[in-house]
Amino acid sequence: MSKAGITLATADPPTPTVRLPGRRGIELTLIVLAVLLSVYGYCAVGLARNGSLPPGAAGYGAGLGVLALVAHLAVRWRAPHADPLPLPIGVLLNGLGLVLIYRLDLETPGDPAAPTQLIWSTLGVALFTVVVLVLRDHRALQRHTLVCAAAALVLLTAPILFPAVNGARIWIRVAGFSIQPGEFAKVLLAVFFAAYLAANRSALTYSGRRVWGMQLPTGRVLGPIVAVWLVSVGVLVLERDLGTSLLFFGLFVVLLYVATGRTGWIAVGLLLASLGAVAVGRLESHVHHRIETWLHPFASIEAGEGPNQLAQSLFAFAEGGVHGTGLGLGHSVLIGFAVKSDFILATAGEELGLAGLSAIFLLYGLLVERGYRAGLSLRDPFGRLLAVGLASLLALQVFVIAGGVTGLIPLTGMAMPFLAQGGSSVVTNWTIVALLVRLSDSARRQGDGGAVR
Amino acid sequence: MTRHIRRAGLFCALLLVALLVNAARVQVLRADAYEGNPANRRAAIARYQQPRGDILVAGRPVTGSRDTGEHLRYERTYDDGPLYAPVTGFASQEYGSTLLEHSEDALLSGADPALAPLPLWNDFTRSRNAGGDVVTTIDPAAQRAAYEGLRSRKGAVAAVDPSTGRILALVSVPSYDPGLLSGNGRTAREAWARLNADPDKPMLNRAVQRTYPPGSTFKVVTAAAALDAGVVTDLDEPTDSPDPYRLPGTTTRLTNGSRGCADASVREAFTHSCNTVFAKLGVETGVADMTAMAQAFGFNDADVRVPFLVARSTFDTTVDRAQLALASIGQYNTRATPLQMAMVAAAVASGGQVREPYLVERTTRAGGGTVSTTGPRSVRRAMHPSTALRMRELMRGVVENGTGTNAAIPGAVVGGKTGTAQHGLGNSGTPYAWFVSWAQGHEDMEAKVAVAVVVEDAAANRGEISGGGTAAPIARAVMEAVLDS
Repeated sequence: MSKAGITLATADPPTPTVRLPGRRGIELTLIVLAVLLSVYGYCAVGLARNGSLPPGAAGYGAGLGVLALVAHLAVRWRAPHADPLPLPIGVLLNGLGLVLIYRLDLETPGDPAAPTQLIWSTLGVALFTVVVLVLRDHRALQRHTLVCAAAALVLLTAPILFPAVNGARIWIRVAGFSIQPGEFAKVLLAVFFAAYLAANRSALTYSGRRVWGMQLPTGRVLGPIVAVWLVSVGVLVLERDLGTSLLFFGLFVVLLYVATGRTGWIAVGLLLASLGAVAVGRLESHVHHRIETWLHPFASIEAGEGPNQLAQSLFAFAEGGVHGTGLGLGHSVLIGFAVKSDFILATAGEELGLAGLSAIFLLYGLLVERGYRAGLSLRDPFGRLLAVGLASLLALQVFVIAGGVTGLIPLTGMAMPFLAQGGSSVVTNWTIVALLVRLSDSARRQGDGGAVR
Repeated sequence: MTRHIRRAGLFCALLLVALLVNAARVQVLRADAYEGNPANRRAAIARYQQPRGDILVAGRPVTGSRDTGEHLRYERTYDDGPLYAPVTGFASQEYGSTLLEHSEDALLSGADPALAPLPLWNDFTRSRNAGGDVVTTIDPAAQRAAYEGLRSRKGAVAAVDPSTGRILALVSVPSYDPGLLSGNGRTAREAWARLNADPDKPMLNRAVQRTYPPGSTFKVVTAAAALDAGVVTDLDEPTDSPDPYRLPGTTTRLTNGSRGCADASVREAFTHSCNTVFAKLGVETGVADMTAMAQAFGFNDADVRVPFLVARSTFDTTVDRAQLALASIGQYNTRATPLQMAMVAAAVASGGQVREPYLVERTTRAGGGTVSTTGPRSVRRAMHPSTALRMRELMRGVVENGTGTNAAIPGAVVGGKTGTAQHGLGNSGTPYAWFVSWAQGHEDMEAKVAVAVVVEDAAANRGEISGGGTAAPIARAVMEAVLDS
C-alpha cells in the first residue's frame, strides 16, 4: 500500500497546465441522438395510429434539431467547458414530451396542445441561449438577491388577482396563453435562498443560543429568510397549490442543511412539515380528499361512481407492464382532464412500460446528479448552493408529481419537468438547465485553476 | 459543506430509488389486479377493437359488426335478429352476452388461444386474433317455418336430426331483436329496460330455457317404459283399465277427454290419448322403470349443453303411486323443455338411440380454417330396438288415424303424439298445446327430423284446445321444410 502510495506520489504529474479537452463533441453527438430518438418516437406514433409516417415528421425533427443546435452553439461559444450532459437530456425530455403530447392530441382532436407546447419549447430554448450568452459568471446573480426575492413574491402573488382555474389560483391568462408565474418564482427563490444562505452561512452556523443540544441562529440572521419563506408558502396555501408549497419547503430545508451542516434543521423541517401537513389536511377539505384518494384509490369504484383519475392513472401504468403497449397504442386518455399535464407520465408508463419509465427516471436522475456534481466541484458557496438548489428543485419536483401519479404519495398538481404540457414549466426548466450548464462551466474553470477565483 | 452536499445527493438518490421501486410495484407486481379491475375499460376496448366473428346458418352469416368509430369500436348487428335470437342470443357492450354469443364468446371475440397461429404467440406479440366464425347446425328453412308457424302465438319449437343430434330449428316466440342491445348508449338501455319489463319475456328462450308440463306427449315415454319392462307385450290386447280410473290410495278419479278408453288396448289408448290407460300403465311399470326410461331420454340431467346450458327437464323420482299415475301422463312434477321432447321423438325414430343434441357444427378461423368440429356426440340406448319399432307404429297410428292427422305429410312416414297440458292453480291456466313428431321421407333410409312444438296460448276457447289442432300444423311445416331440403 505504501509502495503504491509512493509510486502514485512520485508518478503524479505536475499540475496539468494543458487545457482540459472540451466536451462539445460528446454533447453534439448526444444531441443528435436525442433528436433522432424524438423523431423516431414521433414516427412510431404515426405508424401505430395510421400505418404511415406522420406528415410533420421531417418538420418536427428539423425544428427540434435547429433549436438544439442553436443551444449547442451558444454553449460552445460561451461555456466551452460545460458539462456535456444537461443539454442533451433537456432536448431528449423536451422532445419526448412533445411526442407524448402530440400522441394525446390524436385522442382529443378538438383540443390540440402540441403546437403551443412547441412554441413554448422554442421560447424555453431561446431563454436557455440568452442565459448562457448573457450570464458570463453565475456570481453576477448574487448581486441581485433582493431583486430576486421581490420578483418572486410579485410573481407568486399576482395570480390571486386573477380568477381561479380548476380550483387553483395559479394561472394568469394573457392573449390566449396561460402563464403560471409560480414556476418562474422557483428559480428566483432558489437564487435568493442560495445567495442569502451563502452570505450568512457562518452566522447561521455558529452564532445564536444552544437549546437542547441544537445551535439556534439569532433571529436577526434567520428573520428575513423565514419571512420570505413564510410569505411564499402562505401565498401558495391561499392559492391552493400545495405541490409547489411542498417543493419550496423541501428546497428550503435542503439548502439550509447544506449551508449550515446542522442536522437539527432537518428535524425542525420535518416537524414543521408534519405539523403543516396535519393542519392543512384538517382544514382544507380538498387536501383531505386528496389524502383519502391516495389511501383508497378505488373507493370511488366501490361506491359505484366509476374510477377516479388516480385509479385511471394506475390502470394505465399497470397496462404498460414491463415493455409497454407501444407509442400510440395505449388508452391513457381515459384519465381525462390533465392527461397531458399532471398525468403525462401515465402515458409514458402505459406506452413505454416500466423499461421506458425507468429510462425517463434515470434521465432525471442523471440531470440531478450533474447538478450535484457541479455543486461539489464549485468553490464559491453561492455557486455550490445554487447548483444544489436547482438540482434539488428538479429532483423534488419529479418525486412529488411522479410519486403522486403512481400512488406513492398523495397527488398534488404539478408539471413533470419538460414532459408535461405547460409553457411556464418548460421555460423555467430550460432556465434551470441553462444555469446548470453555466455552473458546470464555472466549476471546470475553477477546478482548472483558471481565471475565475 | 462537501459532506452535506453528498448527503443531500444521497437523499435525492433515495427519492429516485423509491420512484423506481414503486413503478415496478404498480407496473409489474400489482399489474394483474389493476388490469382485472372491472372499472378498467381497457379489456372492453381491446375486445371491441376488432369486428366480432360471425355465426353462420347454412353458410350465410346471420350476424355482422358495425364500426361505430366510438371508444368501444365495433358493435354487433343481426340479420333476421328475432328469427335467430334463440340461437345467437345477444352480444351487448353493456349487458354481456347470452346463448351462442356467450358460450362461443372466446372464439368470436378472438381471445381463444386456439386461434393463435403458434402457442403463446399472442402473449409475445401482445396482439389479438381476428374473431373466429361459428357454423351452426340450423336449417334455415325449418327455422323459418317454425317461426312463421308460431308467429302470432306464444310458444316454442325445437327440431333435431334423429340420426346425429344436430339441432335443426330452435324457435321461441315472442322474440326480440338482439341488435337493439348491442351498443352501450341510450337505445340499448331503453331496449334492455323494455324487454325486461315485458310480461311476455321475449328474451326467454322457451325452446331450451323453459320447462313445461309435457302432458300427453309424455305417454311416449310411459309406453316405451311399459313395453321395455314387459308390462305390455301385445299392443292390441285390452289393458283391463277402468274409465274413470281411481288414483291408487286416493278417491280422486281420473277421466278422459275422449270416449272408448275403458279397457282399451295400448294402441287404441295411444291413438286417442287415453289418460286412464297410461296412468294405470305407469303405475304398473313402477317408479324404478319409469325413472330409468325418463332419464335415458335425458330427463333429470342438469348438464345438457348444446353448447349453452339447457334447462333441466324433470321426472320426480320420489312419488307415491297416485303421483306416479299423474307423472306418467305428463302432469304432477313432470316437466320438459321442447328440446327434450324433440329428443324423445328422435329416440323413437332412430331405433331407440338417444343422441346428445348440438348446435355448433364446427368453428373456424376468420380465414376459414377449422378450429374444432363437434361431430355426432355420445349415443345411449333408451329402449330395445324392438320397443322402438313398436313405438314407431304407435306414433304413426296417431298421425294416420288419431289425434294427430294434421301432421300427415303426403309421401312421407310421419309419427307423432299430441298433448294438452293443464297448468296453473287448479289447472286454471290456458292449457299448453303440444305436438311431438318425427318424419321420414319414403326414399330415406332413416327419419330425417324429429320436432317438438309447444303453443302456450293455443286458443281462447278452452274446449277446442288440442295439440293436434294448433301444434301439429306447425310441426308439419317444420318437417316438410326439412324433408324438402
